[in-house]
Amino acid sequence: MNAAPHTHAYYVPQPSLYPFVLSGGMFLLLLGSILAMNGFGAGSWVMLGGSGVIVYVLFGWFGKVIGESQGGSYREWEDKSFRYGMVWFIASEVMFFAAFFGALFYVRTISVPELGNMQAAHGATLWPDFAGTWPSAGPKGAAFTPMAAWGIPAINTALLLSSGVTVTWAHWGLLQNSRRQLSLGLAATVLLGIAFLVLQAYEYHHAYTEMGLTLGAGAYGATFFMLTGFHGFHVTLGAIMLSVILARSMQGHFTADRHFGFEAVTWYWHFVDVVWLLLFVVVYWL
Amino acid sequence: MSIATTAPDHTHHDSGYSGGLLRWLTTTNHKDIGTLYMTFALLMFFVGGAMILAVRAELFQPGLQMMQPEFFNQLIGVHALVMIFAALMPAATGFANWQIPLMIGAPDMALPRLNNWGFWLLPPAATLLVLPFALALFGIGDGALATGWTMYAPLSVQGGLGVDFAIFAVHLFGISSVMGSINIIVTIFNMRAPGMTMMKLPLFAWGWLITAFLLIATIPVLAGAVTMLLTDRHFGTHFFNAAGGGDPILFQHLFWFFGHPEVYILLLPVWGLIPHVLSTFSRKPVYGYKAQVYAFIAIGLLSVVVWAHHFLTVGLPVPALIYFMFSTMAISLPLAVLFFCWIATMWRGSISFETPMLFAIGFIVLFGIAGLTGLVLADVAADAQYHHSYFVVAHFHYALFTGGIMGVMTGVYYWLPKWTGHMYSETLGKWHFWLTVVSFNLTFMPQFFLGLAGMPRRIPDYALQFAEFNAISTVGSFILGISQLLFAWNIWQCVRGGAKVSGKVWEGADGLEWQLSSPPPHHSWETQPEVK
Amino acid sequence: MSCHPVRRLLGLSALVSPLTAAAAYRWSFPEPVTPIAHDTLRIHNEFMLIIIALFVAVFAIMVYSLIKHRKSAGHEAATFTGPNGRLQWFWALVPFAMLMYIDFVLMGVPAVQAIVDMEDTRTRADMVLKVTGMQWRWQYEYPEAGLKFLSSLATPREQINGTAAKGENYLLEVDNEIVLPVGKKVRVLLTSMDVIHTWWVPQFGVKRDAIPGFLRETWLRIDQPGVYRGQCAELCGKDHGFMPVVVRAVPEPEYLAWIDAQKARQSGVAAGAGRAWSKDELMAKGKEVYATLCVACHQPEGKGLPPVFPALAGSKVINSPLLSPEGKLLPDSHPDRVMNGKPGTPMQAFKNTLSDVDLAAVITFERNAFGNTRGDMIQPAQIKALR
Ligand code: HEA
Ligand code: HEA
Ligand code: HEC
Ligand code: CUA
Ligand SMILES: [Cu+2]
Repeated sequence: MNAAPHTHAYYVPQPSLYPFVLSGGMFLLLLGSILAMNGFGAGSWVMLGGSGVIVYVLFGWFGKVIGESQGGSYREWEDKSFRYGMVWFIASEVMFFAAFFGALFYVRTISVPELGNMQAAHGATLWPDFAGTWPSAGPKGAAFTPMAAWGIPAINTALLLSSGVTVTWAHWGLLQNSRRQLSLGLAATVLLGIAFLVLQAYEYHHAYTEMGLTLGAGAYGATFFMLTGFHGFHVTLGAIMLSVILARSMQGHFTADRHFGFEAVTWYWHFVDVVWLLLFVVVYWL
Repeated sequence: MSIATTAPDHTHHDSGYSGGLLRWLTTTNHKDIGTLYMTFALLMFFVGGAMILAVRAELFQPGLQMMQPEFFNQLIGVHALVMIFAALMPAATGFANWQIPLMIGAPDMALPRLNNWGFWLLPPAATLLVLPFALALFGIGDGALATGWTMYAPLSVQGGLGVDFAIFAVHLFGISSVMGSINIIVTIFNMRAPGMTMMKLPLFAWGWLITAFLLIATIPVLAGAVTMLLTDRHFGTHFFNAAGGGDPILFQHLFWFFGHPEVYILLLPVWGLIPHVLSTFSRKPVYGYKAQVYAFIAIGLLSVVVWAHHFLTVGLPVPALIYFMFSTMAISLPLAVLFFCWIATMWRGSISFETPMLFAIGFIVLFGIAGLTGLVLADVAADAQYHHSYFVVAHFHYALFTGGIMGVMTGVYYWLPKWTGHMYSETLGKWHFWLTVVSFNLTFMPQFFLGLAGMPRRIPDYALQFAEFNAISTVGSFILGISQLLFAWNIWQCVRGGAKVSGKVWEGADGLEWQLSSPPPHHSWETQPEVK
Repeated sequence: MSCHPVRRLLGLSALVSPLTAAAAYRWSFPEPVTPIAHDTLRIHNEFMLIIIALFVAVFAIMVYSLIKHRKSAGHEAATFTGPNGRLQWFWALVPFAMLMYIDFVLMGVPAVQAIVDMEDTRTRADMVLKVTGMQWRWQYEYPEAGLKFLSSLATPREQINGTAAKGENYLLEVDNEIVLPVGKKVRVLLTSMDVIHTWWVPQFGVKRDAIPGFLRETWLRIDQPGVYRGQCAELCGKDHGFMPVVVRAVPEPEYLAWIDAQKARQSGVAAGAGRAWSKDELMAKGKEVYATLCVACHQPEGKGLPPVFPALAGSKVINSPLLSPEGKLLPDSHPDRVMNGKPGTPMQAFKNTLSDVDLAAVITFERNAFGNTRGDMIQPAQIKALR
């Protein structure tokens, strides 16, 4: 991997207070949410304070990194570290989603059928009237309509897939030094992302108000909203990151051969895309 | 002291925040961060130990003498979480920070600011874990989580706000571990000295590399599991509730998908460092380097496919029982390779018995007991009897204390002179070793028999037939606890002063870190060494 | 047996001379009395021999090396780093092959047979026992006989708190034992009302989880008459350490007689549900029910253990109207809370476990005790109507 000695010293950043403050902000955010969830009014204020600190740090820290990047502190060696780092970070995200996909798999193939099959398996049952077929909100769940695949979800699939294309188009632009194509491509990607989120919000609203499909709608509702919800959250983060990259592009950041920040965000965006495809198949379609 | 380390264009490094507290809050230096990790771990080891000493005191004789059952339940779970997440894992990360750059000839960790963040997530996490104890004193909530460290639903769904604190503590610990792992992987892949191929990588780095992969693969799943727990508690989901089509056992699957690899996460760094120590004090190269690397990889792979051996009594179908039994037993094969290599490393060496070597040998023998009892636990037929009895408690303390903690102590005695430039007291070290080994066995050997006789774990009070062994165990645990003060004292003395040591502290030591001065310069290997 | 310090010291010395207190030290499983337990013990003994042999063999080699190859004896270090040549490879692979054989053949094969046996709950089962775990007692049901009762810890609190001498079966005694016939294959069905519990009797070699909302099975066939004791083995909250299992195994005729007696008692209770009860009768009965079932959480003086377990003294729920003017159940009223519990909290739905009389009695009792002075009462017949 690194056969030849490097020609320059590795960039070790100066001491920084940002990480410490970030942890403090996270502590406040979490403490506040615990208090809020358990009915202590002050909790929301503590949360707000924590979020403020976090946002402040994000601006400061990322600002600093961008500054260092523009200042030429990072060369191939450092760049490579960032690449590896981003890859393994995304890997950890994949495993986070895997937990929820695993839960969906489990309720569909193990727990719901078992609950429906008790009489045959044990000669006795706790849920006499439960058939155990998917989609299900469980033996005591209220009635609900499952989300169909071929309406909004299909449109959203198309949106995200096209956004994968536009972001690649932007990348080509960057590689060919066409700044216009770069910015246009990024802007289109952000817009597609936002359109996706708007449609998803509409879908949620519809689910809650007309379909009886809520977070509380048993195993189906729980897995549906947690999977699509965390995915939506990641789309939101991705869109914010893309916007930052767009802003930076418009200020002339990134060159054809050095643009780790751009690439990291596109990787993230593709990851979000792939997760969606899986979601579309196993949550909506099958 | 050999290789000169100059810092040509890095004089600005130590400007700005230099001294005092700010240095520690802001540092991006791997050695400083390593020191932070190690100090934090030692502190938390005492906190976790103090909690369980209270438990052992309660268990000294039948009847409730000192505490109510709720408080007892809180103590055991928090003891375990503190020991695992706040003591053992940070200690291993501390070693990684100090040693990996030194051993692979890197100027620092690859992502220094992230590194700092990884550490500074730990104090808030530990605070969240123990804060509910304090809040309860002011009448807020009912104390820390009382579900054991495994947080099984639906007991944890029913529990008080201590569970919420623990959930978020686990999240912070988890983020810290993932950040640490990313950093270690990147460092190993990208920062090695020229010529150091993967097959020349020190075994310690290999052990950590596999650990890091396991962390990245499993911590997020735990995060997912506790997130589902949180939504079941507060947002009306039914992941673990049959009425909604969920299943309490789903939580166990998710938890142990993390939990079983976790035990190898805790020990792989130790299995990595033991061969260095054995080789040093046997004055003989490591035996079977490649075999050990492949064994690490095999352990890593196997560890993620055996999780259900922790809940064999929940009523899994027969094929699943048989699968999990055989796959679990298969882990003994790569471990036998490691044992074989360890012993073969000593074989026909020129062996001397300094404190690190004593700890390494003690580790091998006592961890052998853990491993062999683990093997019988894997047996479904017998496990029905062992499960959730004190037999399991004994098994895992042999693994976690003599494997984990004594492994860490091995490393501390081995590298402390390198870090401080001073020799610790051998006499105290040997006292510490013998007292620890004897009192450890006095504490936990009786627990095997308690378990066989039928004493369940996690009970604050027990039937009269268990009285004698419990009394012995409690006496042992107090000697064990007090012995650890020798350890802390020895470290303190060594940090403060003592005989100066050369760069190559041990006669038989081999490896890049011993080419540096003791202590190594603040910035070492800015010019990377060449490895032939 | 008391817990006198002297006795404790004797206990320590007994380690050295096992003869003095042989009975107190149990080095292995208690005597097995079912086929599964026999299997388990045999397997356990075999495995212990195997691992002890492995341990001794491996570490004998190591100790030999430590002594023989020590520096202070002047041993010079060799330099080999791995197996070279056929012979060395052969020796390196021998332990590996041995372990493989031990794992998968010596230990694996008997284990598989035992598992298949253990899980075969159906073949020629003679009867069914249904076990329901709840915080913190067991409910047993004999579906064929139509019997159902609760079984709670019988050890008095004074013994636990140390104000009274501990009895012989301290913590392992219950108010209502399960009675089972000797020599019959009993299929055990398990479930739970709240959290996971684990039903465990060491001498049966049976340990199986009781999972809320699901059914689990295991089986036992007790070979010898006797009283067998066990405990809940899954942490299930505050009183997890205080929910024992006691099984009395008796010859079949005795078992049948017991069933008849229980049935007679139950029908007596059912008859009582029809008539009108006086307040004093209800208060007396309610006090009894409270002391066995409710006291663990709400405490003897009704003070509870806030914040988790609310005080009943002065409770808002209790000091609210009993029923609606039409005699219907009011949401979050006292009868509602006791009968239907509160999901997500340890307060369970007692209508599943208590008879009309017990419910009426305990509700009436709580309304007029601990300084609550509602003065009203509820009849078993009214409870029946509310169900
Ligand atoms: C660091 C920690 C650690 C380690 C390394 C291990 C290692 C192993 N553990 Fe353990 N275990 C725990 C920590 C650990 N465990 C904990 C914390 C729990 C309980 C958690 C809870 O419920 O709270 C637990 C519980 C536990 C259970 C569940 C018990 C129950 O609850 O019913 C099982 C069951 O299979 C098990 C099995 C094993 C096995 C097969 C290994 C194997 O990896 C062991 C392999 C090693 C060997 C087999 C020895 C090697 C061989 C030799 C000595 C040489 C032999 C010879 C030749 C060369 C011929 N463990
Ligand atoms: C790395 C992990 C680790 C470590 C190091 C330990 C260390 C110890 N453990 Fe722990 N333990 C667990 C992990 C660990 N444990 C886990 C996972 C569980 C399961 C929990 C569950 O069921 O959920 C458990 C449960 C557990 C139990 C079972 C509780 C129960 O089921 O009811 C017991 C009982 O004896 C016990 C005892 C001990 C003892 C005596 C030590 C000793 O080694 C401790 C040594 C003592 C000290 C280090 C104390 C030093 C302190 C002083 C001398 C006082 C000075 C004080 C200050 C300065 C603050 N442990
Ligand atoms: C396992 C513990 C437990 C047992 C046993 C128990 N309770 Fe409760 N009880 C609770 C808890 C917890 C609550 C609080 C529920 C809530 O959050 O509203 C409660 C609430 C109540 C309340 C409402 C009090 C209030 O002010 O909110 C009444 C009345 C009550 N229980 C009666 C009983 C009776 C009668 C019994 C016995 C037959 C009993 N309980 C047994 C745990 C228990
Ligand atoms: Cu019921 Cu433990
Ligand atoms: Cu395991």
